[in-house]
Amino acid sequence: MLPLAGFAVNVLFGQRLRALAGWVATLAVAAAFVVAVAALLELLAQPGDARTQILRGSEWFTSGDLRIAFDLRWDPLSATMALVVTGVSSLIHLYSIGYMADDERRETFFAWLNLFVASMLVLVLAQNFVVMFLGWEGVGLCSYLLVGFWFNRRLLLVNPLGRLVEGQPDDTREVWAPPAAKKAFIANRIGDVGFLLAMFLIFASVGSLDFDVVFGRAGSLASGTATAIALLLFMACTGKSAQFPLYVWLPDAMAGPTPVSALIHAATMVTAGVFLVARTHVIFEASGTAQTVVVLVGAGTALLAALIAIGQDDIKKILAYSTVSQLGYMFIGVGLGPIGYAAGMFHLVTHAFFKAQLFLGAGSVMHGNDEDTDIKHFGGLRSVMPVTFWTTMAAWAAIIGVPLTAGFFSKDQVLAAAFEHGGIGRLAWVVGVLTAGLTAFYMTRYVFLTFLGERRWPEGRHPHESPPVMTLPLVVLGFLALVAGFALSTFTGEGGRFQRFLEPVLGAPEAHGSLAGAFWLSALATGVAAAGAIVAWLLYGRRVDWLALRRRYAGAWRPLAERLYVDQVYEFFTVNLGRAVAAYLARTVDQRGIDGAVNGLAELVGDSARRGRRVQSGLVRSYALGVLGGAVLIVAFLVFRP
Amino acid sequence: MRVGPGAYLLLSAILFGIGVAGVLIRRNAIVVFMCIELMLNAVNLSFITFSKTNGALDGQVLAFFVMVVAAAEVVVGLGILVAIFRKRSSTSVDDVNLLKG
Repeated sequence: MLPLAGFAVNVLFGQRLRALAGWVATLAVAAAFVVAVAALLELLAQPGDARTQILRGSEWFTSGDLRIAFDLRWDPLSATMALVVTGVSSLIHLYSIGYMADDERRETFFAWLNLFVASMLVLVLAQNFVVMFLGWEGVGLCSYLLVGFWFNRRLLLVNPLGRLVEGQPDDTREVWAPPAAKKAFIANRIGDVGFLLAMFLIFASVGSLDFDVVFGRAGSLASGTATAIALLLFMACTGKSAQFPLYVWLPDAMAGPTPVSALIHAATMVTAGVFLVARTHVIFEASGTAQTVVVLVGAGTALLAALIAIGQDDIKKILAYSTVSQLGYMFIGVGLGPIGYAAGMFHLVTHAFFKAQLFLGAGSVMHGNDEDTDIKHFGGLRSVMPVTFWTTMAAWAAIIGVPLTAGFFSKDQVLAAAFEHGGIGRLAWVVGVLTAGLTAFYMTRYVFLTFLGERRWPEGRHPHESPPVMTLPLVVLGFLALVAGFALSTFTGEGGRFQRFLEPVLGAPEAHGSLAGAFWLSALATGVAAAGAIVAWLLYGRRVDWLALRRRYAGAWRPLAERLYVDQVYEFFTVNLGRAVAAYLARTVDQRGIDGAVNGLAELVGDSARRGRRVQSGLVRSYALGVLGGAVLIVAFLVFRP
Repeated sequence: MRVGPGAYLLLSAILFGIGVAGVLIRRNAIVVFMCIELMLNAVNLSFITFSKTNGALDGQVLAFFVMVVAAAEVVVGLGILVAIFRKRSSTSVDDVNLLKG
């Protein structure tokens, strides 16, 4: 049956580690995709209610009442994720063959990439929290390995504060990948603690970690417990899906090879958090507080990251912050309750397409420009990289929400759901519309500065189009970015195909807004986005000296370029505070306290010895006196003993 | 007149006291040695006295043991004294303070 197919996929990946070349890896993932499609078709043949199949796998471990087995779940939700993961992965694997062609460790790269896909599938197909956690950790590990893949290579980091003063050179810093990888891993670990604690709490209150059992009893949980579990799970999401407090690792993770950024840090892994919320939506529904937190964090992150994205000069950083921002949209969607689940998941799917394309396009630009990532060095690439340009334009249209493209449908669906939800949703809606405008602005800026306008690349560089193996995925993803929304449209809520598909798992929303209302909402959002794009065009599309502008408004530019000082604050609190604590421990506690105790003890012994040596006079007669004294004492004791 | 055990014990105590005083006060190693012998024999005397009083032989047996051990001790002790005298031309116990801490 279908889960069996999914399981077979995993077995297939287990052997993948020996892959010697990208083609093997690509074929394996593509095969998994085909299997997933076949499984999906079978799933579609079932009636709506019977669309959840569970494969009882072999037992993993048993401990007391806890029985954990490799059960896999194949339902519309996991099917959606599995298709996105395998589909996008196949294309990115294909792209990597071209991108990593000159890398001497490419078989390692593909092995890890495959391990990632396998872990991700475990994550989405899991039927209990422990197996899901296995996948959750697996993808975190692969993320770490792949971000640090070029651990021995210096990477150029573009600091957007460069040229802020006339005549100042581009400020590029050489960085190493390992710190970024560690940052990603540690930030994820913080979230993972939340996942673990949530699991403990679930087991303590429900007595099982199986999804069906837990969800069946979620309604009867005490509201405090439900809130705690939901918030802990969401903490894990903020780590994995790069939401506010913990998003800072994602932009740094761009130190990894670009296909990794596209696959892990844009299309799949970072959406695991959204998936987790959707998967455990029953728990979140049991706690209104948790849902509010999810919406607020999502909205806040969307706005914050969009602002920061405006101030970046590194093409991958722009896209990274854009990803963080779009993930915020998804969390708004899944935080709203039944009305927004499908919208959030829908945005996840379309985002996977267009953001993967954008990253791969950026990779293609880097590939053709000697690995340069500085947006100030591009411009006018349209003529030399036509395929990259046009496919990026497709993704650009999708992300800013040009009507009838994928992003238009999905983003509007999220915003409409937020508006209709009322209350906190209205706030999220306002933020979301604002963010849509900012998104349009920074993406238009990105496109103009990279592909249009005058040529600014340095002398002696010959930008060139990438080989077909790289452009083919670009074309496919660009095409999907345009049409996926239309094909899966949930535009009017009722009758939306994607929504109905997910209904058995996520539940149906109660009420739907009228078509006219939705139309005006989307018209408004589109209008704001258009305004953002026009402003960007005014600034960057015409022959305006935007570097001069930047200098003139340096006061406004600097906070954006400095990432709104969030990283600095973190650095202060973690690094400096950590150093201060360490210094305190080293100087006061260790040197004075512990060393003091040890030295003091030695002093004490030495002192008493110095006093004691005087007794040892060497005079036999004084010893004899001592003996006599002792004997007298003993006799006295014996005689006067009571 | 009949001499009771108290007199013997008194004599024993006096002898022991002389021995102790000699050991503590005198510096000549040979005299110290003799004082030790004096103490041992004072104890022997009290052993015998108690043996006689109680009608048991244990005390007399023990007195013989003490004499034997004292004889052996004298041999070793005098040997050491002779060796020290040869090295230092002195028999004062206060001159031998090599173990001073």
